[in-house]
Amino acid sequence: MPNVGLFIPCYVDQLYPQVGLATLRVLRRLGLNVDFPQEQTCCGQPMANSGSDAAARPLAQRFLEIFGKYDHVVSPSGSCVSMIRNHYDHWLHDKPGFDHLRGNTFELCEYLTDIAKIVKVDGEFPFKVGIQMSCHGLRELRLARSSEQMIAPFNKVRQLLSQLRGIEVVDLTRPDECCGFGGTFAVAEEAISCLMGRDRIQDHARAGAEVIAGFDMSCLMHLDGLIRRTNQPQRVMHVAEILEKATLS
Amino acid sequence: MSSRNAILDSLRQNVPPAASLPAPITTGIRFADPIKQFEETLTIAGGTLVRANGQQDLTSALAKIDVYASAAKIASLVPGLPSKDVDLSAIDDPHDLEGIDVAVLPGKFGVAENAAVWIPGETLTPHRAIFVIVQHLILVVPASEIVDNLHQAYERIQWIPNSFGIFISGPSKTADIEQSLVIGAHGARSCTVILF
Amino acid sequence: MTGHAEKSAAFVANEDRAHWHDQSLWFVRSKRDKQASGIPEWEALREAASAIKTHTLSRLADYLEEFERNATANGIQVHWARDAAEHNAIVHQILASHGVTHLVKSKSMLTEECHLNPYLEARGIEVTDTDLGERIVQLRKEPPSHIVMPAIHLKREEIGELFHIELGTEKGASDPKYLTEAARSHLRSKFMGAQAGLTGVNFAVAETGGVVVCTNEGNADMGASLPRLHIACMGIEKLIPRAAHLSVFLRLLARSGTGQPITGYTSHFNGPVRGGEMHVVVVDNGRSRILGQETFRRSLGCIRCGACMNTCPVYRRSGGYSYGYTVPGPIGSILAPQRDPEKYASLPFASSLCGSCTDVCPVKIDLHHQLLAFRKVLVDLKAVPLQKRLGMAFAGFVLSRPSLYRLGGGLLRAIVPRLPRGLIYGSWNPWGIQREIPPMPQQSFRDLIQKEPS
Repeated sequence: MPNVGLFIPCYVDQLYPQVGLATLRVLRRLGLNVDFPQEQTCCGQPMANSGSDAAARPLAQRFLEIFGKYDHVVSPSGSCVSMIRNHYDHWLHDKPGFDHLRGNTFELCEYLTDIAKIVKVDGEFPFKVGIQMSCHGLRELRLARSSEQMIAPFNKVRQLLSQLRGIEVVDLTRPDECCGFGGTFAVAEEAISCLMGRDRIQDHARAGAEVIAGFDMSCLMHLDGLIRRTNQPQRVMHVAEILEKATLS
Repeated sequence: MSSRNAILDSLRQNVPPAASLPAPITTGIRFADPIKQFEETLTIAGGTLVRANGQQDLTSALAKIDVYASAAKIASLVPGLPSKDVDLSAIDDPHDLEGIDVAVLPGKFGVAENAAVWIPGETLTPHRAIFVIVQHLILVVPASEIVDNLHQAYERIQWIPNSFGIFISGPSKTADIEQSLVIGAHGARSCTVILF
Repeated sequence: MTGHAEKSAAFVANEDRAHWHDQSLWFVRSKRDKQASGIPEWEALREAASAIKTHTLSRLADYLEEFERNATANGIQVHWARDAAEHNAIVHQILASHGVTHLVKSKSMLTEECHLNPYLEARGIEVTDTDLGERIVQLRKEPPSHIVMPAIHLKREEIGELFHIELGTEKGASDPKYLTEAARSHLRSKFMGAQAGLTGVNFAVAETGGVVVCTNEGNADMGASLPRLHIACMGIEKLIPRAAHLSVFLRLLARSGTGQPITGYTSHFNGPVRGGEMHVVVVDNGRSRILGQETFRRSLGCIRCGACMNTCPVYRRSGGYSYGYTVPGPIGSILAPQRDPEKYASLPFASSLCGSCTDVCPVKIDLHHQLLAFRKVLVDLKAVPLQKRLGMAFAGFVLSRPSLYRLGGGLLRAIVPRLPRGLIYGSWNPWGIQREIPPMPQQSFRDLIQKEPS
């Protein structure tokens, strides 16, 4: 049984704890040894994305110290996992243990499909669901074929959700256009960010989605903020929350 | 130091790591029916395909093309097909080609994937502007000379020093006004390809 | 100095128009997808194009010398320009020595970069941009807003109004066919009267010493073949080694940029017209310096197709003018700060880093990675506002210290729900202009996990 370190992004820890709990429960119900190292804080992505390398470096080093000892590290966030797998190299390439960390840090959906090798999802979710394919998970972790790529289609998120009884995954006109969150972009380019977000919500709404599901709470937080301000009916949910009640095997 | 040497020096000082050329691409898309593909693509590009039954059928095929039948001035660069009211050998200045309604040009081969017809510069005598200044183009291409894709096309081209060569795919067009496609921007208002 | 954020906010203030612009460009992206999906070897082509460019850039000096040898043997006169000023002087000198008073030009982003038109006009040479979109913006005295579709930001009525004033078309007429016909005869007279034609270069081939120019309108051919003098301007990075390589790039170029299998005219200029002259001006203008930068040199592979702009959700909703540079969009946001980091510091941040640009780029430039890398360059150069740098340093300080982080989070969740709405959603809070803030839970995950059965 692998020792799994649970990495909960800072904003999930503070603002969306139920997503963290759902992730923990999904993994534990698979029989995994899941540990949440309390000393964790943040992967450093907001700093790195702002170009503030000096501020991000100590966070990367901390992350390796805290999580280096686990067989696997799993997180309910595509963008944070991308940070570790694709950007930590810059600071940690010569540090012992980094190769192992980089090769064994996973976003939740890909962990379920590729590592835990889940083939059966037994549960109920009788709702129309639009999947928000967040960009880092999509184009950095390749959780699905992006609409730009001319390769055989696949979608690890859809693969997990589509098995739920009663679920109807709706088709969007722009299946993977960015929601406009983009980290500090959401604030620095507020006008464009919100227009992008409102356009995404319109796409989901036109497709009949009752629930907007995603694997990155940051994107959903941005969409939810727009939805609630305009009193629209859609609910946002993290994939972990949707799978929480299901039996996975 | 000359600019030339300054630039070359700068490039040699900033040289990236060595990287080899990839293996040449020899296989590209193939079509079960290249002529059908050529025709479909040409139509989407705003052109028209006409089939003729061999070289002997070209004159009658041409006569059926409206712009040809109604043209006052026709320049032909296809051996055996006459010009009409145009003596190209007497035109010294390409500007004097203005006013010619139709040019009938020989194409060496066509490419199915993009409906392009290759016209080598040696064909475009005395003035290469002929293909762009006339109002309508008719390209005459042997039906046996349709290749599938551009890789095959470039294998066929012989590069002669100081030559010109052009792939023409359909008539002149633009979508610069609100993405609305308009045929006949500066060059030919129509392009008919006769496969014989 | 206003940056991208301010300009784009102004653009989206007219939301209908922003949506119209977005839809126009998304349409081109969709056409690209349709074309690309018909080529089973599409991804292999991209890989080959990327590899050919990487190889060429690794031996660029050698290939430029080969090009010069072969071009000269073709009867082409090759000139070298270190920078924009030299480029403009060389072009002017060629024109002046031939007594040219009227020049016709087809599309060349390089000459835009060098600001050639005003240079020539100040010296008494009339310059007519002959690409329809370029002519439209030239008459409006505006720069192009897209490198392939210069007038994509304009509605037909606006073009109709322009043509009514400039070309004498009927007032109120806006049918694209009617307007294009008017432009055809207007520009035909310009072509007929010009003494020289200037073109850009899509590809320069070392092996043949010639250049390739792609258009849909045929304006490059008209301009290069009617007058006796043809000048082709190229950046040093336009080189490819062999003619056979053209098949790779040409199969990718129009499919990526306009959603066509190929443009109407793909012209291979290997020498002057009979009795004429052909000149090629080879320009550096900062490119050799970029070649020396490991992180950014791949941006030199750009074939100026425009696909990155068409797919960029930010460009589509903010328009080319929001970038304030010759080349906008993702590639422009890397090239512009190369030229002037201070002036263009906002551009690498004008991106959500979604990565769509990288996935459409026919030569596989890692655009969104370069945008991110440039942010670091700008912070190191202190070209990013102090407030922002301090903010991030502070955030980093807090987040490296678990007790501080927990304290900060706890305070946030305890205090914010108690604040009046007017205080939370004040003008100090850009998040709150159009969005609600997330609901603040009483307990964090790390509080709740204590109660979770193991």
